[in-house]
Amino acid sequence: MTVTAIKEYVGVPRDRVENFNGKQLVYVSWDHHLLFAAPFLLCLPPQTSFRELVEGPLSALVQPDPDAAAIDWTKVEWLKSNQPWTPDFDRSLVDNGIGHKDQIRMRTPGLASLSAAA
Amino acid sequence: MDMKVAKKKLGLKEKYRLMTRDLGWEPTYRAKDEVFPYVNYEGIKVHDWDKWEDPFRLTMDSYWKYQAEKERKFYAIIDAHAQNNGHLNITDARYLSALKIFLQAISPGEYAAHKGFARVGREFPGVGTQVACQMQAIDEIRHAQTQIHALSNYNKYYDGFHAFADARDRIWYTSVARSFFDDAMSAGPFEFMIAIGFSFEYVLTNLLFVPFMSGAAYNGDMATVTFGFSAQSDEARHMTLGLECIKFMLEQDPDNLPIVQGWLDKWFWRGFRVLGLVSTMMDYMLPKRVMSWREAWEIYGVENGGALFKDLARYGIRPPKGWDDAEKAIDHMSHQFMLGLYQWSFGTSFHSWIPSDEDMDWLSAKYPTTFDKYYRPRWDHIRKLAAAGTPFKNFGLAKLCQTCQLPVVFTEPDDATMSCHRETEYKGEKYHFCSDGCQHIFDNEPEKYVQAWLPMPSLFQELNGDIGAWMNWVGLRDGEDNGDFVGSRDQRNFDQWRGMATSNL
Ligand SMILES: [Fe+2]
Ligand SMILES: [Fe+2]
Repeated sequence: MTVTAIKEYVGVPRDRVENFNGKQLVYVSWDHHLLFAAPFLLCLPPQTSFRELVEGPLSALVQPDPDAAAIDWTKVEWLKSNQPWTPDFDRSLVDNGIGHKDQIRMRTPGLASLSAAA
Repeated sequence: MDMKVAKKKLGLKEKYRLMTRDLGWEPTYRAKDEVFPYVNYEGIKVHDWDKWEDPFRLTMDSYWKYQAEKERKFYAIIDAHAQNNGHLNITDARYLSALKIFLQAISPGEYAAHKGFARVGREFPGVGTQVACQMQAIDEIRHAQTQIHALSNYNKYYDGFHAFADARDRIWYTSVARSFFDDAMSAGPFEFMIAIGFSFEYVLTNLLFVPFMSGAAYNGDMATVTFGFSAQSDEARHMTLGLECIKFMLEQDPDNLPIVQGWLDKWFWRGFRVLGLVSTMMDYMLPKRVMSWREAWEIYGVENGGALFKDLARYGIRPPKGWDDAEKAIDHMSHQFMLGLYQWSFGTSFHSWIPSDEDMDWLSAKYPTTFDKYYRPRWDHIRKLAAAGTPFKNFGLAKLCQTCQLPVVFTEPDDATMSCHRETEYKGEKYHFCSDGCQHIFDNEPEKYVQAWLPMPSLFQELNGDIGAWMNWVGLRDGEDNGDFVGSRDQRNFDQWRGMATSNL
């Protein structure tokens, strides 16, 4: 049973994409950069290009980290839903297969200013 | 007609029988199932409700007498507190943040517990159970009221207290407690008893109230100490009810064991997530600290909890599934959570601050294996940013856990450098979690948790991401209730008033 109930019970999800006024949610986080307490929540039109996501909100949000200036965006390793994945910067979120509420992670091997001294 | 009263006074036992057990009427013109329709669907089998023990044997008339006496004492002290400028006797205005979180997140939980016990008191068929639940329902509404009254005096002088009810319903960091109680209240009567009566009252209450009340005493907050004392004598009864309920279920039928164990696993983890708020309070918010969160966990979690589960082992109960993950999180959770509260403090109805050198040395001493290694570098950097005139604000908002509704600030149990990423897909929708514990809870009852109202996504659904409109809606006054303690109105006022009270300036 998918819920303990006295009779057949079907829940209605609250955060379906049609409730976001034409936009969608994307979660983005930077591995081993925990100055940022949680993955960022972005709300963007699905037609946003990946480059716009990176050069717009994402670059602005990561600024406070001392490694931000050293990021080489052409060398960043990406994961989507925890699997290695390669985005096309000039295509949209939709065309990159980034669905509503997808989690994207970035990795920058070698950059770890605030990470634990091993 | 005059009647001779045979006996002037009833014996305690007889009185209890007449005024409690004797109220258990057998319905004659309706089937019992119609009168108690919610007692079977959770799968708990009960063969004999009379086996329910009530060690207190308290009857309603004596209950009223005790409680009325306590109320009289409570309000006398609260009045004295107001008349003697109790709001100036606290150690420092930073202490108020702990109180604000308590009022916004925990006191409304008392009210929710009241509603829940009123409901399950009606839903259980056993009369001993009904009376015990009725008393606890009244206790809980009294707790909510005395807490609100006690803290209302601070509301006259300080920011962040005025809109606690809206904060409870709408702001983001309270939703961990709100969703805990909503989850319990939308469960069946037996699960409610495990959630509140057992997990919350018995397993976790010491970790919440003891540190909080001693924190109040250490920091000169007599109003809070007073409501703590006034509630304390009820707690013994509540803990007994919770323990009695779990033993009753386990003794009634062996088939109840797996159901009860599943609830224990779930509600331990849900409660543990609520305690995240308490951990930040203990480690970061008390100007005069009582003990570290780690020390509190050792005493009230490991020792007391360990003894309890040892005692329950004879029924086949094992410690909750999340126990080991909890232990691994103890040295990290307050730091991870506090870093979040600080960077999102533009959206909190309380103040936070960068720990001082002295604070950080205390944290290093209390967390020798984790603080300097993982967390001091972050605070040092945040301090640098503040000194450079670019204080750290994370406007990225946060991914929230679908189950506990906290921002997913926690790391992998075995790797504190790696955020814990957990996700699942259900009926074509993606859902994210802070931990395996929260994901298990979702997986067991997805139809329940897909409906979660998550504060941060809602900001985009309902207000198109307009932070100003959101602040109005949650009752947060920008520049007054939120942000860094340093430079806040609370800081200014407290220093000025206290100066006036203690010097001739
Ligand atoms: Fe209570
Ligand atoms: Fe969670």
